[in-house]
Amino acid sequence: MANMISRERLRRRLPALWYGTWLLRTVFVFVFIAAGAAVVAAPPPAPTGLTAKDHGWDKGTAVDLVWEYPGEAALDGGFFLISYAMDLEDDFRIAGQTLGYETVYTVNGLTPGVDYYFKVVAVNSALEESEAVVSEPVAGRLQWVDGSRIWFLITVMIFCGSVVYFIRHARKGRPLKVRKIAGLEAVDEAVGRATEMGRSVIFVPGIQDMNDIQTIAGINVLSRVAQIAAENSASLEVPTTRSLVMTTARETVQSAFLRAGRPEAYDENKINYITDEQFGYVAYLQGQMVREKPAACFYMGAFFAEALILAETGNSVGAIQVAGTAMPAQLPFFVASCDYTLIGEEFFAASAYLTGSPEELGSLKGQDVGKVLVAIGIVLGVVFATLASITGPEGLNLESYHFFQGFVDYLQGTVLH
Amino acid sequence: MYTFLKNLDRRWIFLLMFLAVAIPILFELQFPEHPTGLAQAVFDEIEALQPGDPVLLAFDYDPASEGELGPMATTFTYHCAKKGLKMYFMALWPVGAQMIDDNIAKVIKADFPELEYGKDYVNLGYKSGYEGVIKVIVTNLRGLYTTDSYGTSIDSIPMMEGVTDIRQMKLLVNVSAGYPGTTEWVQYAITPFSKDLRMVAGCTGITAPLLYPYIPNQLPGLLGAIKGAAEYEQLVMDAYGGEKVDQKYMKARQRMGPQLIAHLLIIGLIIVANILFFMEKRKGVVR
Amino acid sequence: MKRNIPLLITAFSGLVLILAYFIPMTQSWGEVAAIWFDILASIAFILGGGNLIKLHARKMALRQAGWAYSAITLLAFALTLFIGLSKIGVSPNLQFPDMAWSGHYRESGAPFWWIYEYAFKPLTATTFSMLAFYIASAAFRAFRAKNLEAILLLGTAFIILLGRTFAGIILTSWLPDSLAGLRIENLTVEIMRVVNTAGSRAIMIGIALGVASTSLKVLLGVDRSYLGSGEE
Repeated sequence: MANMISRERLRRRLPALWYGTWLLRTVFVFVFIAAGAAVVAAPPPAPTGLTAKDHGWDKGTAVDLVWEYPGEAALDGGFFLISYAMDLEDDFRIAGQTLGYETVYTVNGLTPGVDYYFKVVAVNSALEESEAVVSEPVAGRLQWVDGSRIWFLITVMIFCGSVVYFIRHARKGRPLKVRKIAGLEAVDEAVGRATEMGRSVIFVPGIQDMNDIQTIAGINVLSRVAQIAAENSASLEVPTTRSLVMTTARETVQSAFLRAGRPEAYDENKINYITDEQFGYVAYLQGQMVREKPAACFYMGAFFAEALILAETGNSVGAIQVAGTAMPAQLPFFVASCDYTLIGEEFFAASAYLTGSPEELGSLKGQDVGKVLVAIGIVLGVVFATLASITGPEGLNLESYHFFQGFVDYLQGTVLH
Repeated sequence: MYTFLKNLDRRWIFLLMFLAVAIPILFELQFPEHPTGLAQAVFDEIEALQPGDPVLLAFDYDPASEGELGPMATTFTYHCAKKGLKMYFMALWPVGAQMIDDNIAKVIKADFPELEYGKDYVNLGYKSGYEGVIKVIVTNLRGLYTTDSYGTSIDSIPMMEGVTDIRQMKLLVNVSAGYPGTTEWVQYAITPFSKDLRMVAGCTGITAPLLYPYIPNQLPGLLGAIKGAAEYEQLVMDAYGGEKVDQKYMKARQRMGPQLIAHLLIIGLIIVANILFFMEKRKGVVR
Repeated sequence: MKRNIPLLITAFSGLVLILAYFIPMTQSWGEVAAIWFDILASIAFILGGGNLIKLHARKMALRQAGWAYSAITLLAFALTLFIGLSKIGVSPNLQFPDMAWSGHYRESGAPFWWIYEYAFKPLTATTFSMLAFYIASAAFRAFRAKNLEAILLLGTAFIILLGRTFAGIILTSWLPDSLAGLRIENLTVEIMRVVNTAGSRAIMIGIALGVASTSLKVLLGVDRSYLGSGEE
């Protein structure tokens, strides 16, 4: 079809060339036939065994096609042209093409529940088309739920259910225990020191936007730091890399000052957007740290390469530094250069720890249920994989091997899909 | 000496590091590379493709990490061009588009002038929205990309004909300096559509340890930092470079020289620091 | 009201994204939500630019310490924005030779490209390379064999540092093939592949659960910190 379209275009644009080549071709073919040549650039053999099947677990708009091709090398440099129609009498609409060695294709954009015929044509490098092979009529079926993700759905429901359950549990006043986190205990001390020294406190909420959960966790800690700063009359500065983080930080700090009973001390000019550019931000902060020599620096959020540069600069000006991040790659740098570091989960637990609110504590407990689920999965997987390797395939018992290996395959292929 | 080292001004360390990096660069110190499994896997994934196969090259890095990631991006582009693959470039970092321009100018326009823009390669450019972009284009490329990086409508670009989503790509090649990058591609493109998509990646040294857990199922091959780039560069140049390799295809291997001396310096510094620590311990300064 | 509407929007768009993942029919809803986010993310640039001007103009007006830097920042900002938007020195697109603005702002050789190539690129690369210096000084200060864990960490660090360079290959290339696994470059790969991956996975699982539970709290409106504070 594509071939035909381009010929059509050629005929319209360059009629002389078109008719010239047409004449030449006809003469050539005539001469060849007259000479009784055995081989006239023959069209490629047709594909065979075309099967069409509904593409599983989708909204019914896709159908998978598989076919076979007898002359593998014959289609070198050529392609298969795939088209479809609702009726055999209709014009077939082109769906796409695959390269000569590929004999599978998924047709998209169909109407669910409607029968379609699919046609595959082999086209060789000389753009000669084979006979077409046409499939039986097939309709795409609408699936209400993506079945391949059902296990994930179950896991999500158990996890979310347990978080919600423990939040309700905690709201009823049942006590929940959290272990002591040294880094958070140090918040008061660091802000207190800044007040004594008459220097400022810098809070860096990471370099990501509000869509990063780490930034949200950082803002949670900021709320606490701001409250202590307000109570101690310490100067708090929050430079940000995203304007949305700036507006959020402003609201957080303002309400923390209100909570501390000092709304008049709040100054929004100390919470600013600097730049989205990572190293421009670093340059600004380094300059500020070296000039102002803050007494305390907090790094709470998502950090990348700037982590070490900031923490080392803070260290060189003698600030007390507390960091918290869930970026495993940056943790070693913070551990090396800061006085306290909240590692991964501790960081997310910070708001629960600092506020002590039942909702927050309950969600921590819910996380533990998630961990138990993961642990069960790991233990089962390891045990069954080990048993499978002991029993077979050339081992003790082929039947048990199939059972164990089957379980491992199910776990890997279906549950963890 | 003890007192000098104990109160060592950090600027002395900075000076040593400067020399450790500058001297090998000036003397063009270079060593042979012995490719490890992961670099080989990246090479094999691209080797396995056939001419004309569509490949998405997502360059998610910026000038800051260019020193570390530029050479591998260059080699990826060279390898894909040599293989005759159809290259679709895109970026999730604002300046990623410039990184793509650089590579197109340096590799394709300079060494593959026969390749035609729009037919053999296209620069879709940068889109804001972090992983949101991946989530959309994995099922609906045209929902976000209506033009290429230069404002040309994608409907008038021949190689975009019939391309509705990135699952049609035979391979996804990602060069990533952080967020959004390889992790997001794995989470939002590869994991939900593991049957339709394959991916190899190159990343900075600092993010490499975080990507190992995705190997080999979600990520069959990974180039970690300049070392991984040097190994891959060696593989590609051994296979396609010919007798005389252009300087720009030796950048990764050239940068291994300064890396060696800098690493040795850090080891030396740690040893000195620990000797001081034990001397202090003996004197009872620290417990 | 000021709080309830954002809470509703959050809960609704979160729910849509979750549904879109599990219900094929709603897949396009998720795409719409993601496109909306992209639009909002782009608008944030305007908010940021406005604040940038305000912050630095204020510094200059009050003659605060370092106000000259603010002047340079504002000048650079205005200049880059002007050159980029007005496409100075950009030749028109070949398809539309009569339209001066049809060219691309990043065109090689144009003033905007020049700013990028000769100011932005070297400046960011310089700041990034400062890491090398800080890593050396941090290693000198913090890496001490204080206890068994620290000694293990030190040993691993040495192996990785050597294994990522040619030094590793030279040092242990004499080992026979039967002991090839003990060669430093192979040890490096194994440490990264086995030990590091095991540790990373554990940390990642913990973090993923933390992210999931925090996200759930945000969707349910339990955590409202992103709206400013926990209180109404």
